[in-house]
Amino acid sequence: MITVRLVQSARRNQTAGWALLGAGALLALMLPWLVYPPIAVDILAWALFAMSIDILFGYAGMLSFGHAAFWGVSAYATGLAAIELGVPFPLAILVGAVSAALVAVPIGLVAVRTHGIYFTMVTLAFAQLIYYIANRWSSLTGGENGLQGIPRDFVGLEWSDPFVYYHAALLIVAIGFWVAWRSVNSPTGQVLVALRANPARVRALGFSVERYRVFAFVLSAFLAGIAGGVYAIGHRMVTLQDLYWTTSGEGIAMAVLGGTATLFGSIVGAALLVLLEDFLATSGIEATGSVTGAVFVLILLFFRGGIWGAVSAALARLRGTSQDDVLERPPPTGPAVPPSNAAEEATTQGSDVK
Amino acid sequence: MLRTERLVKEFRGFRAVGGKDGVDLAVREGETHALVGPNGAGKTTLFNLLSGALAPSSGRIYLREREVTGLPAHTIARLGVARSFQVSSVFDDRTVRSHVDLTLLAHSSLRTRFLTSVRSLGAFAERTTEVLELVGLGHLGDRRAGDLAYGQKRALELAMVVAADPAVLLLDEPTAGMGTEDIERTIDLIQRIKGGRTIVLVEHNMKVVGMLADTVSVLQAGELIASGTYSDVRSDPRVVDAYLGAHRA
Repeated sequence: MITVRLVQSARRNQTAGWALLGAGALLALMLPWLVYPPIAVDILAWALFAMSIDILFGYAGMLSFGHAAFWGVSAYATGLAAIELGVPFPLAILVGAVSAALVAVPIGLVAVRTHGIYFTMVTLAFAQLIYYIANRWSSLTGGENGLQGIPRDFVGLEWSDPFVYYHAALLIVAIGFWVAWRSVNSPTGQVLVALRANPARVRALGFSVERYRVFAFVLSAFLAGIAGGVYAIGHRMVTLQDLYWTTSGEGIAMAVLGGTATLFGSIVGAALLVLLEDFLATSGIEATGSVTGAVFVLILLFFRGGIWGAVSAALARLRGTSQDDVLERPPPTGPAVPPSNAAEEATTQGSDVK
Repeated sequence: MLRTERLVKEFRGFRAVGGKDGVDLAVREGETHALVGPNGAGKTTLFNLLSGALAPSSGRIYLREREVTGLPAHTIARLGVARSFQVSSVFDDRTVRSHVDLTLLAHSSLRTRFLTSVRSLGAFAERTTEVLELVGLGHLGDRRAGDLAYGQKRALELAMVVAADPAVLLLDEPTAGMGTEDIERTIDLIQRIKGGRTIVLVEHNMKVVGMLADTVSVLQAGELIASGTYSDVRSDPRVVDAYLGAHRA
């Protein structure tokens, strides 16, 4: 009897999930008619960026404050590939994302040895280092001027129409969403969630904890890179701002607002902040930062699990079912820094260093 | 089966394990070998050296005559040495089943897949059920581990240790914090999961040691002062002295 009810509820959940996905896809396809198309592209790029941060923070418990490096490196690499090599833009974005992932390998190898706030600081330091390098290396990056006039070519079609570009970007970003979703719901994703809770235990089971952490970091950087590339092609320019730490901060704010460890919350968080900032920029209100900050504080004050967390909790209550997810999911991370695993790791110091 | 040669571990000049000449420990295949000694004798440190959680300062460790000194914990685990933890270390938000699945994953080629559905872990279902039944948790597979009673959590811990069919079990105080009834159940459980495996266990409860151990090794101040059968070791004057000395202090 109970089994039957569980099966029914699982089936109902699945149907609800598909319905939600369908509604979301429809909304995504219609978006450029609802908002100014370049803004719609921004929402896509920021949503994938926030999601890349959520994979790392929400699931693996690593809060990176250096993701601007991957967004920015990819933006520059995408722009340079399109300008200097004349490659079509989807390929340029791939070049950008791969560049971001390559940059993430050494940073990840160093950063995963630290935990909690130290991890956050190390990633921030590396990102700022890259920012300064880009600033000085103006022959490549254009310095203060950035890269301008990035072409948007692909098989000889006319891509200047923002409606058309939006739909191409949607396809690329959707692939990114899929990779993110699939990887957190994969065997590797299970290991990441477990090692966030107790790394020493996971190591003792036979998993190389550092290797999983680095992998998550590089995968996240790759997705952040796709986002940065889509953004660069959308704006047809790249500036130093894209590498600056505030870009990382914006991505974190979106992920946390939407709800960490939910993936799709990042899309909601990104849409909300992009639309809010756009509204404030055209409204004549001067203290835009204060308004955004106040909204941020208010939402987290009332919904600790972010918007997505609040909505799914309300839906669950409505259906009268508690969490009946088949998948293991970590509890939503609050806005605070994740608990430091330093204590648990202290006993295993030096074991994996080789 | 598991052997150490002049093993030493120092923390900032303090010799936690090793004594004068280092520890020479020999664990025979198939036996249950208990490490006992007063608090601070270095049992847990030695245990962490054997499992690879700590790298020794000097000396060597052999597993089946293969040197494993300094190999990381996850490699030693994959070589068939599974350890339990003193403090219950189940994942509160995971189901009971998924703990065993996770253990089996560590030994499967699926472990590095990231574009495969988590449903692929269904391949372990049969073995997982078997292991849970072995430790008496068969009916609780879908329960959240955080909701288990203390004794059940310890049983789940043992399920994780034994799941991947390791040759050596390292059990860190399997009865810590238990009442008489749970202790008896745990002794029974350990005997049930043992099979032909080799077990090394750290244990404070002498009754448990007496019932389980074929060989007892006594550590004092990082030094291995006696090794033999329970009754031999019990009457060894150095051991009596070590214990009484510790109690007097």
